Amino acid sequence: MNYILAALIGVFVAVGVYFLLSRSVIRMLLGVTIFGNAVNLLIFVGGRLTREVAPIVPYGEETIAGAANPLPQALVLTAIVIGFSMFTFLLVLAFRTYQALDADNTDNMRLAEPEDGCRPPLSY
Amino acid sequence: MGYSPETSIILVAIAPFLAAILAPATARFTGAHAGWVLAIVPAAIFVFLLRFLEPVAGGEIVTASLEWAPAYGIALSFLIDGLSLTFALTISGIGALIIIYSGSYLAGHPHQGRFLGFMLAFMGAMLGLVLSDSMVALFTFWELTSVTSFLLIGFDHARQAARRAAIQALVVTNLGGLALLLGALVVQQITGRWELSGVRETGDLLRESPFYGLALVLFLLAAFTKSAQFPLHFWLPNAMEAPTPVSAFLHSATMVQAGVYLLARMTPVLGDTPAWMTILTLFGGVTLLWGAVAAIKQIDLKQMLAQTTIASLGLLVLLIGLGSEAAIAAMIVYFVAHAFYKAGLFLTVGVIDHETGTRDITALGGLMRKMPASFIAAALAAVSMIGLPLTVGYLAKEEMYLALAEADAASLLVLAVLIAGNALLAGVGIAVAARPFTGPTVETPKPAHEGPLALVAGPLVLAVLGIAAALAVGWFGHAILEPAGTAILGLPVESHLTLALNPASVLFWLSVLTWALGVLVFYQLDALRAFLRRLETGFGWTFDKGFDAAMFGLIRLSGAATRFLHHGRLELYLVVFFALFAIALIVPLVSLGGLETLAPAVSLGQWAATGWSWSDLAIYEWAVVALAIIGLVVLVAAQNRLVAIVSLGVQGIAVALLFLLFGAPDLAFTQFMVEILSVVILTLVMTRLKLDERDRRPFEDAMRDGTVAVLCGAGVTLLLSTILTGTLDTRLSDFFLATSVPIAHGHNIVNVILVDYRGFDTLGEISVVMAAGIAILALIRGQRGGRAARQVEPKPAGEEAR
Repeated sequence: MNYILAALIGVFVAVGVYFLLSRSVIRMLLGVTIFGNAVNLLIFVGGRLTREVAPIVPYGEETIAGAANPLPQALVLTAIVIGFSMFTFLLVLAFRTYQALDADNTDNMRLAEPEDGCRPPLSY
Repeated sequence: MGYSPETSIILVAIAPFLAAILAPATARFTGAHAGWVLAIVPAAIFVFLLRFLEPVAGGEIVTASLEWAPAYGIALSFLIDGLSLTFALTISGIGALIIIYSGSYLAGHPHQGRFLGFMLAFMGAMLGLVLSDSMVALFTFWELTSVTSFLLIGFDHARQAARRAAIQALVVTNLGGLALLLGALVVQQITGRWELSGVRETGDLLRESPFYGLALVLFLLAAFTKSAQFPLHFWLPNAMEAPTPVSAFLHSATMVQAGVYLLARMTPVLGDTPAWMTILTLFGGVTLLWGAVAAIKQIDLKQMLAQTTIASLGLLVLLIGLGSEAAIAAMIVYFVAHAFYKAGLFLTVGVIDHETGTRDITALGGLMRKMPASFIAAALAAVSMIGLPLTVGYLAKEEMYLALAEADAASLLVLAVLIAGNALLAGVGIAVAARPFTGPTVETPKPAHEGPLALVAGPLVLAVLGIAAALAVGWFGHAILEPAGTAILGLPVESHLTLALNPASVLFWLSVLTWALGVLVFYQLDALRAFLRRLETGFGWTFDKGFDAAMFGLIRLSGAATRFLHHGRLELYLVVFFALFAIALIVPLVSLGGLETLAPAVSLGQWAATGWSWSDLAIYEWAVVALAIIGLVVLVAAQNRLVAIVSLGVQGIAVALLFLLFGAPDLAFTQFMVEILSVVILTLVMTRLKLDERDRRPFEDAMRDGTVAVLCGAGVTLLLSTILTGTLDTRLSDFFLATSVPIAHGHNIVNVILVDYRGFDTLGEISVVMAAGIAILALIRGQRGGRAARQVEPKPAGEEAR
């Protein structure tokens, strides 16, 4: 089952990258989300898969055998939350950019790097 | 001897830099006397170095060494032999006079302290250069002289000409500095020694190495740039933009001699080959004539002297190229003579400039009565420059003619070049010393008067020394010439300098011929100048203009390269980035054999060997995988925004279900919540934007992006598959599983990790969420405030009431 999920993660990565290469800022944002999901799954699967048994120790016992690996879960949990924060921040940023520059296409956002950028000075 | 040479030599190398740091404060406190106070440092160094004269003349070599980078065998090592002592005495002695002179020359200048600091720093670098034994230290000091020279030429940085000259000098000399570094590395690779003294012990090793040519070219490039040899000479006349003390010190007596020093230093290991002799004699000779002719062309006294400096440097290089005992002796004597008379003449010109306001030779005359001390200094210096008897210049000239006393064609040709060069230099020397002082008095921009003691002391001392050293010819030969010659040639050299005139010798008549030609040049100077200027206007291109063309070409090239690489198109940056990402994933997997753990089974078509089968996943698990893929495919193909948002949600929910199925309920719940919130927020924002909903990528772009994307996906799949064939290090997970209940008293292990074992990490995570929330709030608030401000601003005050 590992290889199937590895292939699925590959599809996530491919779609994420394809969206990131778009010129539309909103599409890039979708790409960020999908790429984030891909990385979360990558860490999760990298920690090996165990079916159904969550790492929760039943009451009255000291430990649990055969449970899923808790370490990647803890990492991914943090990553999901931070990924969401970043998504919302980028979304608002894109929204404000659209309002300020009237552009959603990155080719039209040339404030920092104008098309005819300044030439180096030819004097001493 | 009652002192420890080790610490003393290191102190000598450091003291000027300390003085340089203290110079601005000293100048502030002592005002007009700053020059006298700061000159104590070089004067003390000079006196200290004098103590080495006798031991070194007796054949002793003083060394000192500090560990620097012992792992590479690099030490900060110093060595005093005849050659370095001659140079070091020149540097510190003239340095003291120049510092005194500068204090008066720049009296009242707001940056006088800075200037004196630069001068002292330069002197430290130059002393370090000639005292260094380690090639690494030599290179470091070499570059320091370039940098301090840059600072001094550009001292008057408000003028563009000064900035240009400074940059030009820096570019040309640093080119040589890089060559020196490469050359030092080549020599070190061949000989395995960093110390020049060690390299010398290897004898013919360098000359017999197949890389001899490379080492030779690199060292010659370094020396030729520094010592302004044709065709890299053009920076030196421009360096005259610097204040006159700088021209006298750096650009005649010391820094430009660093190249000569380097060649002399390398003579025992690189010299005495046909290539060495041919190149040095050829370039030296051309430089000599070029500089001497160019000097005639000038009317600015400083420019005339600068061009004669180029000529003299060519002469020195030529003499090193000849390499015979007499030629090397001539080179040493000429170096000393030149340092005395050229620095003296420069300083005199500085006095004239300072006290009359001009240095145009055609606008000066009759200053003899008003500036008698300067006249005496200039006249004595010029006598040495011409090479009249009883001067060091005469000794040098006799010695160099002696070096060519053979009758073969090559020697005669070089002899002719020498006589022509010397005659031209003599003519210019007479002109510089005679024209401003003799003849009818001419009105000058400032009423002419004699300079103060600090200004005339330097030129007078130098001029007198030029005679005194010749009068003490026996001592001079014993204390300076013999040790220096021995250091260069590596075998005992005997001085046969004599002041006696011998009319029976052909050498004497060669000197007479030189003087006669010099006088002729002097009387025909104006005619020659007019002729050369006509010639020059007919020929528009100069090396100076070539430098500009090269520099601006470089700037244009870098501008074009920047625009090509830094084009400002985000999607292309990202294509490059992800293409490299794919390469970084796939190439190591293939080349380092990571795939071999997967490949045998796959290539044989034995899929079962990989442990793969349809029944690996239960049917509901397949359904979730299918859901995720459907969500992604629909997202890619979505034609309107609602479909896109919904399918984004679908793939997110599929991920959450995967977490749930594989024992991660916490992740699943978080993911559910995040996905729902994402969809809601995205809907809110997207419906407020008038966006172009379809992906308007041209077909070629879509193919390119698709290829990159598929490669990235395949790379990640392969990477993960390879990782999964290995064993997992579960020590940390086992620790959490075993200790969660007993010591942390929590049953949900993931929660325990988050809030207990990795509590600070979670705190950081919460901070990130908070920072994002504040930033979002600021963005939205800022928008409201901004709009309000924009609405209010254009309104005139009266309209507010309505």
